[in-house]
Amino acid sequence: MKAKVLIRPKEGILDPQGKAVERALPALGFDGVHEVRVGRLVELETDDPDKLDALCEKLLANPLIEDYEVELEK
Amino acid sequence: MIGVIQFPGSCDERDAVAAVQRVGDGRLVWHEETDLSGLDGVVIPGGFSYGDYLRAGAIARFSPAMEAVARFAAGGAPVLGICNGFQVLCEAGLLPGALLPNEGLRFICRQVELVAEDFAGPFASEIGAGERLSIPIKHMSGRYFAPDDELDRMEASGRIAFRYAAGQNPNGSVRDVAGVINEAGNVLGLMPHPEHAVHPLTGSDDGLALFRALAGAPRAAAA
Repeated sequence: MKAKVLIRPKEGILDPQGKAVERALPALGFDGVHEVRVGRLVELETDDPDKLDALCEKLLANPLIEDYEVELEK
Repeated sequence: MIGVIQFPGSCDERDAVAAVQRVGDGRLVWHEETDLSGLDGVVIPGGFSYGDYLRAGAIARFSPAMEAVARFAAGGAPVLGICNGFQVLCEAGLLPGALLPNEGLRFICRQVELVAEDFAGPFASEIGAGERLSIPIKHMSGRYFAPDDELDRMEASGRIAFRYAAGQNPNGSVRDVAGVINEAGNVLGLMPHPEHAVHPLTGSDDGLALFRALAGAPRAAAA
């Protein structure tokens, strides 16, 4: 089964990458964009989707600093 | 004998061995080794283990040597994590907190002043509270983070080992934290590189105190 795992910095944690993107946008004419946060997307195929949460907690995300969402492809 | 773990992508392991050898015996330990029984202490060196893929230190924590280091540390033996080694120890759960990309997103390489806090354990044996050490940093992900309540507990129980001197926080670390110890005090992680400050010709020899402490720590039960 195919799955997508979306990982993003936890709320309240400073995300300098997001800030840098946000600061760059007005210079390109894109005004009015706020609260940019940069995360990452992991795509995978798994034989055992039940283990995805454990896998995320243990390796793909660091729960202390990151939130994650798992999206299973039907 | 002090062992310095060598991962694919480590780059400061030889400097760490050289630093250890100024005060005692040291050797490299390949990341696939799991028998640490002949060692009195371990250094997890700096570098970019496993390419820093995913997050710095995230993959290295699953290496065979790290599982052995976890048992070694649980037995009370001293473990010193430097820079990437600190990141690995945090990812492995042997130290609290995490290291995030620097606030300014730049790789920073420069000498910084550290202030030793009032902490206990083998690494405190050669350094007094309030002592200032001049030691270089060189990292991209050195912004220490732990939740406020955890930091309060760590401060109350003497688990902050080093802070950047006032006004010198280079990376946005929370509460200027540069290094922390575990509950038992036998595991220390810090972002600055004491192995690059072991001779006046390198600008400072303030880092030697940590290696003297490591080499002189009383023998713990074998892992």
